[in-house]
Amino acid sequence: MDSALTLDRLHFAFTITFHYIFPQLTMGLALLILVLETLAIRKNDERYNDAARFWAKIFAVNFLFGVITGIPMEFQFGTNWAKFSRFAGGVIGQTLAMEGVFAFFLESAFLGLFLFGEKRLSRLGHWLSSLMVFLGSWLSGYFIVATDAWMQHPVGYALAKDGSVYLTSFWDLLLNPWAFWQFIHTMGGAVVTGAFVMTALGAFYVLNEKHSEYGRLFVRVGLIAATIGSVLQIFPSGDAQGKMIAFKQPPTLAAMEGLFKTESGAPLVIIGQPNTAEQKLDNPITVPRMLSVLTYRRWEAEVKGLDAFPRDQWPDNIPLLYFSYHIMVGLGSIFIAVSVVALFLLWRNRLFSSRWMLWILMLCVPLPYIANTAGWMTAEIGRQPWLVYGLMRTHEGFSPTVSSGNVMFTLLGFMGLYFVLGILFLYLIWREVEHGPVRESAEAPLAETLRVGGQE
Amino acid sequence: MGTLWFILAGFMITGYVVLDGFDLGAGAISAIVAKTDGERRLIHRAIGPVWDGNEVWLIAAGGTLYFAFPLLYASSFSGFYLPLMIVLWLLILRGIGIELRSHSESMLWRGFFDFVFSASSFLLTIFFGAALGNVIRGVPFNSDHYFFEPLWTNFRVNASPGILDWYTVLTAVMALATLTAHGALYIATKTEGDLWLRSQRVAERSWWAVAGLTILGLLATLWVRPQVLDNYKASVVGAVFPIIVIAGLFGMRFFPKKGNDKASFLSSCAYIVGMLGGVAYAMYPVLLPASTDPALSITVHNAAASDYGLKVGLVWWTIGMILAISYFTYLFRSFKGRVSLDGEGY
Repeated sequence: MDSALTLDRLHFAFTITFHYIFPQLTMGLALLILVLETLAIRKNDERYNDAARFWAKIFAVNFLFGVITGIPMEFQFGTNWAKFSRFAGGVIGQTLAMEGVFAFFLESAFLGLFLFGEKRLSRLGHWLSSLMVFLGSWLSGYFIVATDAWMQHPVGYALAKDGSVYLTSFWDLLLNPWAFWQFIHTMGGAVVTGAFVMTALGAFYVLNEKHSEYGRLFVRVGLIAATIGSVLQIFPSGDAQGKMIAFKQPPTLAAMEGLFKTESGAPLVIIGQPNTAEQKLDNPITVPRMLSVLTYRRWEAEVKGLDAFPRDQWPDNIPLLYFSYHIMVGLGSIFIAVSVVALFLLWRNRLFSSRWMLWILMLCVPLPYIANTAGWMTAEIGRQPWLVYGLMRTHEGFSPTVSSGNVMFTLLGFMGLYFVLGILFLYLIWREVEHGPVRESAEAPLAETLRVGGQE
Repeated sequence: MGTLWFILAGFMITGYVVLDGFDLGAGAISAIVAKTDGERRLIHRAIGPVWDGNEVWLIAAGGTLYFAFPLLYASSFSGFYLPLMIVLWLLILRGIGIELRSHSESMLWRGFFDFVFSASSFLLTIFFGAALGNVIRGVPFNSDHYFFEPLWTNFRVNASPGILDWYTVLTAVMALATLTAHGALYIATKTEGDLWLRSQRVAERSWWAVAGLTILGLLATLWVRPQVLDNYKASVVGAVFPIIVIAGLFGMRFFPKKGNDKASFLSSCAYIVGMLGGVAYAMYPVLLPASTDPALSITVHNAAASDYGLKVGLVWWTIGMILAISYFTYLFRSFKGRVSLDGEGY
């Protein structure tokens, strides 16, 4: 526990993982709230407005936690990864600064209007503010993904005399082909989280026979979004991203798949544990030839195993990478199965009488969070041992003057603070859930609150 | 190009201090001026819709420094590791202090978050002031432009200082006085009655502290870093900053007496702009001076990113900031006028 490198990595990993609990929901919800607001106007149905207002409250709590846990992320590039910042700041500083200038200003300015300005704005004005919040949050997602994409697949740069990189093509950086699919996949993941959370809360309300009118509305909207989102995650975005890794980071693909030896007609591993000591998979259950087909669209294609690459190119934690990847894919498959079955029941008008299905939908709520986290772990552990793929190794990037003891201190500080934040967050969300969506009316809010609860 | 980005980064930082400064100041004095729950809610309503946007200026300023001067960002952030981490924790606490208070009717809950909000705002003001002091005084760079500063050493200004020494404590107190007046004048523009009266009184009293500390700070700075006069001697253009400072100070005294809240607050904005502009003008071309060997200082020449990157940045930055300023104008106009306890919100 005395290596500054390990602690700096853990510091970033811990703070970013905790942070990403919040934006994945807000980015997903931003789209769903926009959908609810649009439906309210098109169907001229006030219930959709009530629903949008309720989700805006959940959004606001998540947004706050996203903001306060997000500021440490930008700071850490400088505080804990000074050599990396000195090396790459001239390139990735562009996308990070653009996130602040284009996305955060937009998002924060219109969120104030969206949350507090409903009575001051016209209906269309309020709808526009929700559109702006959606644009802001997705734009911010793009700039962050573009930053990560440059670290995965550096483009548009040249090496300076002092060993750092400088920007040579702005458009190459911004339109990095890696960023395109990674963005679609990341946003898809956010929509899956938002949609499953909406569905799960709806199922909870229906099962609990409280606010069940709104519960059914949440399930309907959430389930359709969950199905579309889950399917798109596998194809095309997941498939395209897998191929990019296969072609640009082949050792990563081999480690993700647990493929220690090069094979033609390589199998796809469903279950199995990588045994790094003996360089093999323990108790594998596989689909023959499937990996070759998925990667190269040919039965007999050769897929390079880890043995085809020198050891210093291997990701440094193969089991963790393997498990992250398989958990993500496994959960993704479960999402499709669950949402398709539930959608079928909804279509046959049997969903709301099938309590078992509602239970399943309700219990699904943590799974997309796990899948999104596992997905990011796959991307970031898969990039190892590189900090910037092919250009800078992770052990070359951390701050030279910050001792491991100081990093340990602040890591523990963040853990303690985030533990308290986590409790506060759950408490606040629970209060909103219990309060539920209500028909809001400026004249008699209390009387209206008492009347709501599935009777209209 | 480096010089232009020096000015733009200065603009972003000044924007941050002017904007977030008033909600920091409002937080720091909220325990003094607001006596009842209703009055505390009014303060929250006065800053509620805008504080988050104001804080974005910090993020955007950080991003601007990062891409325009990567060397500065890397060296200073790792060197100021401990105080920056404390600033991060305080920013987190302050965010929940502002936003969570209204989630419960319980007076205990509200009292707790009022305390969190007030204390974190107060401490942040101190830390930001000390940070400015460090930037003026200089830091102990090694030959590779890295350094690490402890929180304090013996409070003397020498070649291996701490974050806090007598000079940076002075700048911290100065920041506290300035933002107290700034916050109080902002609250005065947004409120009426007792709350307005108490804010006025705080602004009036802190004015003496601001004026006194301005003179004291100037003398201390000349003592600690006599080079700050060089740029002023070289050109008369620099005279504009002291003039703005004096005009601001005058306005902060004069307009409250006339009952013109808006002009009083704008005078305080001008004072801050003048002070920070004056510092930046004195520092140029140095971004972060070395307390060890002056040749090791980080300047716009050795820290600027590539010319191409800075030129491209200029295009999108201009577009982005025009957009941002227009949203903010719209936002502030939408919430203009004095706040009341009716309707939705905190």
